[in-house]
Amino acid sequence: MADILVLAEQQLGKLAKASLHAIGAAKILAEKTGGTFEVAVAGQGVGGVAAQLAGFGAAAVIALEHEALSQYTAQAYAQAFGDYAKASGARFVVTAATAIGKDCAPRIAARLGAGMAADIISIEGSAGALVYRRPMWAGNVIAHVKVNTPTVVVSVRPTDFPAADASGAASPVQTQAASVDAGSLRMQYVGLEKVESSRPSLTDASVVVSGGRGLKEPGNFAMVEKLADTLGGAVGASRAVVDSGWVPNDWQVGQTGKVVAPKLYIAVGISGAIQHLAGMKGSRTIVAINKDADAPIFQVADYGLVADLFGVVPELTGKLAARQG
Amino acid sequence: MKILVTAKRVTDPYSKIVLKPDRSGIQTDNVEFKMNPFCEIAVEEALRLVDAAGGGEIVVVAVGDEEATKEVRTALAMGADRGYLVETDESKLDSDIVARLLVALVTKENPDLVLLGKQAIDGDNNQVAQLAAEYLGWPQATCAYRVELTDGGKGARVQREVDGGVETVQVSLPAIVTTDLRLNEPRYASLPGIMKAKKKPLETLSPADLGVDTALKVETVGFEPPPTRAAGVKVKTVDELLEKLATEAKAI
Repeated sequence: MADILVLAEQQLGKLAKASLHAIGAAKILAEKTGGTFEVAVAGQGVGGVAAQLAGFGAAAVIALEHEALSQYTAQAYAQAFGDYAKASGARFVVTAATAIGKDCAPRIAARLGAGMAADIISIEGSAGALVYRRPMWAGNVIAHVKVNTPTVVVSVRPTDFPAADASGAASPVQTQAASVDAGSLRMQYVGLEKVESSRPSLTDASVVVSGGRGLKEPGNFAMVEKLADTLGGAVGASRAVVDSGWVPNDWQVGQTGKVVAPKLYIAVGISGAIQHLAGMKGSRTIVAINKDADAPIFQVADYGLVADLFGVVPELTGKLAARQG
Repeated sequence: MKILVTAKRVTDPYSKIVLKPDRSGIQTDNVEFKMNPFCEIAVEEALRLVDAAGGGEIVVVAVGDEEATKEVRTALAMGADRGYLVETDESKLDSDIVARLLVALVTKENPDLVLLGKQAIDGDNNQVAQLAAEYLGWPQATCAYRVELTDGGKGARVQREVDGGVETVQVSLPAIVTTDLRLNEPRYASLPGIMKAKKKPLETLSPADLGVDTALKVETVGFEPPPTRAAGVKVKTVDELLEKLATEAKAI
């Protein structure tokens, strides 16, 4: 019985990369508390994912099986993970702050009577006096929070915790029937309209090119996509253009969208509203292209190009393609 | 169709938020307050769903200090029917207390649907709806992109914004739904709406009235400013940019 339980996510048998960052956070927590951690994954026929999870130093990997878990729903996940955490005596439950993590972690906390620190960026202090740092006000303030309940739930921002390294030893894998009261479930998964893309996902990509209002009309977004594709990167967008319906919601970079920290972030025609900066300030190198020299984006950009994007973006794309020749 | 909807009072999302020099909290001298933008979307959706259902009642609730009455009145001016202010010291709240206050009001009001913003733009916690749903044993659909009533108002089909696309879930009512950005465009309160709102019922309650214990599960013990990022250099041409990216940043 480990003190820390990590909720690992899978969809259609594929392990979510963000879960490796949750395991990374659990390792930090285990070092601070002198405890050990277990990783649990839920679904139907998730033995393959469990086996994949066995190489990261967990005391055990638990596969929670139930037909009601074949697709994610918040109610069933909360029951499966909440009841397993209770039975195992875990004092910490760790999830990544992904769409699924944000959706079900509070329900697990409610089930455990636990306090929850959401979207944390680091764990400070030592056992008995742990303090979690988390952004508030779109990242304009970092709050220090402590949790007063004996059991604690945290969701961790994947970009702020290292992905767990594969360790030598294999963890034992246990498969068990999940505690799900199928009769109490009043929600069903119907389907997923996937935004099909050959591009890397925004949160995993090492290059992100984002576009904003400066592109003037939705058709011009192709320019941003072409630049991203030339760099093998993902495409992002400001809240303003998502709000206007130019691009899908899950392209949104910012406080209310995705938080990204790629090696290279290129902002095209984005003025740099506070809420956007909160989602990309952690990028290693930031390039801003905007014709307004006073745009706030230039205050965080390593390289700023004050120019008409309609001229320089195609030029940049062409020259990058030529370099790769 | 009876809907309970939240209207949280928050700092204006376009205000510049900075810490006080002693880091005890944020400076509020030149900061405007208004309804959380995601709550505005929730109020708008409540109005549209009641219309779609052919009638009903919308009850709006704010939890906070007395000033939050303004946000309840704003929602009433948009068209909600009556309101509650649960009056508390805002600095002594956590998501769990707010969730349990909401649960107590749900038990009192028995709505078919509870609508909230997906998160408040001050605390960015994104927890209250999910906590309340679990306490009630209700289904939830967070980050709604489209909400459609089904089964003669006994269910709802909700499209949700998730990583990688839009997920559809079917929930039976009563349920809790939180709103995302693209769900709708909230209306402005009309002048007659504002006049009418002044006469609509607004009841003030305390956590004790609702039998809710206000011991904090999660406590904020300090603040710090975010790390600053120094502005870099301006380049004049694409060639100069490429040169810097290749040799200096080693990013391409």
